[in-house]
Amino acid sequence: MAKISVQFTLNGSERAEFVESGTTLLAALRDKMDDTSPKGGCHQGACGACTVMIDGELRLSCLTLAETCNGAQIRTTAGLANGEVLHPLQRAFEDAFAAQCGFCTPGMIMAAAALLERNPNPDRADVVEAISGNVCRCTGYEPIIQAVLLAARANSTSAA
Amino acid sequence: MAVKRGRGVAAVNYPTGMNLGGDPTQALVHSTPTGSFMVTLSSVDLGQGLKQIMAQICAETIGVPTESVTVDTADTDTGPHCMGTFASRGTHRAGNAVIQAAREARQVMLEVAAEELEVNASDLDTDGSGNIHVKGAPSRSISIFDTALAAHFKHGRSISGRGMFLVPRSYPETETGAMKPSTCYAHACTVAEVEVDEETGEVVVLSVKNVFEIGRALNPKMVEQQLIGGSWMGISHALYETTEPYYPDREHGARDYNEYLMPGPGDLAETEIAVLERPSGDGPFGAKGPGEMCANPQIPAVANAIFDAVGVRVDTLPITPERVLRALRQRDAGATA
Repeated sequence: MAKISVQFTLNGSERAEFVESGTTLLAALRDKMDDTSPKGGCHQGACGACTVMIDGELRLSCLTLAETCNGAQIRTTAGLANGEVLHPLQRAFEDAFAAQCGFCTPGMIMAAAALLERNPNPDRADVVEAISGNVCRCTGYEPIIQAVLLAARANSTSAA
Repeated sequence: MAVKRGRGVAAVNYPTGMNLGGDPTQALVHSTPTGSFMVTLSSVDLGQGLKQIMAQICAETIGVPTESVTVDTADTDTGPHCMGTFASRGTHRAGNAVIQAAREARQVMLEVAAEELEVNASDLDTDGSGNIHVKGAPSRSISIFDTALAAHFKHGRSISGRGMFLVPRSYPETETGAMKPSTCYAHACTVAEVEVDEETGEVVVLSVKNVFEIGRALNPKMVEQQLIGGSWMGISHALYETTEPYYPDREHGARDYNEYLMPGPGDLAETEIAVLERPSGDGPFGAKGPGEMCANPQIPAVANAIFDAVGVRVDTLPITPERVLRALRQRDAGATA
């Protein structure tokens, strides 16, 4: 089958690749563009480990075809840190011990980032709803909830 | 209809590791030319933090900062033998092996430093931040960096050590069947509070209050993290996780996260954790295995709380709404008969 070209902005950089038609965005990111931060947990949209942002909206990259992303702005967890300086969510996940095996972490952080961008001062129920599409096996979720609340507090403190 | 509330308690003893075949784990420790240390294991870090704990244990034993230690869990083709990461054995078994290996490496390190300082090795001590000095005379010192360089390029010595841990074998007594399946036990107790809906059979866990006796907590924050996650898993085992409702054929078991149920972030019980530290006799720095033990007491505690709430004993896991309803129907049939 002839390959087709896909071109989009990934974490601020213009990227272009040739992929088989039907290639998922997850596969294109991981196998072609060397961004392994989105994880393939279930490949059917049930676990949230592959969550990325496309044009500011949360999307499951395992259910998104790469060829539908032409011209899009795509953000992944790999693009959150500013050089050596971690994103407040990344720092909060570290400080709150919100990861064990870490497989769900990139998806959790993207879900949380989307929440904080539209609601900088979420309460616990907002956080629970924001991460309810993401499965975690290790932490029992509570440390993740606390980490997101911690990041929100850190943001509001630094903004003040 | 009525929603009934109940409270249940349960306690467990949980063995660390197992007895079969002596449950061995081996470890190798060696220094680089610049005085950092490498621990080689076949034990696996699944996310529980084995690498961090082994680095702490090695660093504490040799007398260097934890940052100076790298842990390579290698693979079973190239690493020293380990039975595996299971049975809550990693910290205890691999930790003991690492202590033994690190002690041997420390001894060589002090012998080389003794040559360099022209003193007796038994008169030397480490300061924990990268230096070796004469006891009582901190100014008579050499850095571990220089000691390693000297070992590699001057004395031709390998600052290294071998360690292994093997549980004394225990065979059942012929007369009584008594044996010692484990040398080290962790303990836990949980009080669970539930609500049971007598109309739907649905059980909601309102709170779990857990106390865990885990020997010494070698990294308290990581222990706490594992206990919180484990407590959640215990509730998940009690009420959710199963290959049903596609029984009786396992072919029809849950195929994905939509069918294999677990409590999500919106289903969390109020969870309290308390840690008791009673150092074990044969654990590394007194540690026991907190891993699986922490997901056990919630299960009988929830079952007992359901009994307290509605007077039925559900003895098959998970305690699904269907099982609760069947038990309630049986209870009511018995009452009218």
